[in-house]
Amino acid sequence: MYSKKVMEHFRNPRNMGGMKNPDAIGEIGNPVCGDVMKVYLKIGKRNGKEFIEDIKFQTFGCAAAIASSSMISELVKGKTLKEAMKITRDDVADALGGLPPLKLHCSNLAADAFHEAIKNYKGKK
Amino acid sequence: MRMVFVDLEELKKAIKKDTILVSVIHGNNEIGTINPIREIGEICRDKKIYFHTDACQSFTKVPIDLEKDNVDLLSINSHKIYGPKGVGALVLRDDIKLTPLFHGGGHEGGLRAGTENVTGIVGFAKACDIITKKDVEHMSKLRDELIDKIMEIPNTILNGPKENRLCNNANFSFKSIEGESIILHLDEKGIATSTGSACSTKSLKPSHVLTSIGLSPVDAHGSLRLSLGKENTKEEIDYTVKSVKQIVEKLRKMSPLGK
Repeated sequence: MYSKKVMEHFRNPRNMGGMKNPDAIGEIGNPVCGDVMKVYLKIGKRNGKEFIEDIKFQTFGCAAAIASSSMISELVKGKTLKEAMKITRDDVADALGGLPPLKLHCSNLAADAFHEAIKNYKGKK
Repeated sequence: MRMVFVDLEELKKAIKKDTILVSVIHGNNEIGTINPIREIGEICRDKKIYFHTDACQSFTKVPIDLEKDNVDLLSINSHKIYGPKGVGALVLRDDIKLTPLFHGGGHEGGLRAGTENVTGIVGFAKACDIITKKDVEHMSKLRDELIDKIMEIPNTILNGPKENRLCNNANFSFKSIEGESIILHLDEKGIATSTGSACSTKSLKPSHVLTSIGLSPVDAHGSLRLSLGKENTKEEIDYTVKSVKQIVEKLRKMSPLGK
């Protein structure tokens, strides 16, 4: 059902866990539907530009939800905020080699939680 | 948690003037509940209503006495007792006249058109001969051991009863984690299981059985069903318990829902 890439990220999720003193948190999902994602960001500065210095996530959900969280953390880590914000829901699913149609909402959640965290960061400033 | 057996008082209330048939599952496939068919049958007999029970899960595992249990119609099947797939039987009292669902030839007393699956039927009969009480005792023992050991995991719920439970069924909910992730990790360890989580279905709704016994949707999403067979061993139970413990711990570490 799942691609090799999804299973690989599901088995060994990257950047998993909580974070002490994050610069921003984004949380999205609904436990009733079976998915909750929480993203923690550490924002650094390089050559005058803000970038994603570190990202951690916590996920309650199926294999697609876990793999999507893991994948987006890899896609955005080290990127400037401007670059990272261009990452879309589809980018996450594509990078995973596609997801079954019923599981696409899981990759949407990962991107949404990340964008929520950025929004919260910008709102704080 | 609500009652896990069919409530006799609720059943009585559900029977209306125009009710002609009551059909109740004998052994529940998800949570292993063995329903009180004798009492249900009595109610039906008193009210002069036909009683059908689906005993596919319980057949050969729980004694059934058609007379004493007041059963008018009984469904059973072959593959649940190690017989060939694609064969089942509907046992019914002589005086019940059914309308056929398949039309055509006059096979099976005009009840079901189509050439009989003779090899399947013979296989089903042979499977009935082969299964023994010893198999049931063996599975019951392993099930109890499995339940006791899995329940050592903190924040775990046993779904379904401890007593009056099918000998081959165990079902748990683990707080804060999701069922599909559990079963995929178990699959990688060579253990085939199932879950009532919506993520494993096409409906996006958790198991109706688990929600109707009072589980919250989150706990229903975190459910794991383990079904035993007569050839399972104590070593396999130990391996399964060890694997489940590792997986639950791993998934809880990455959960945002608290422990």
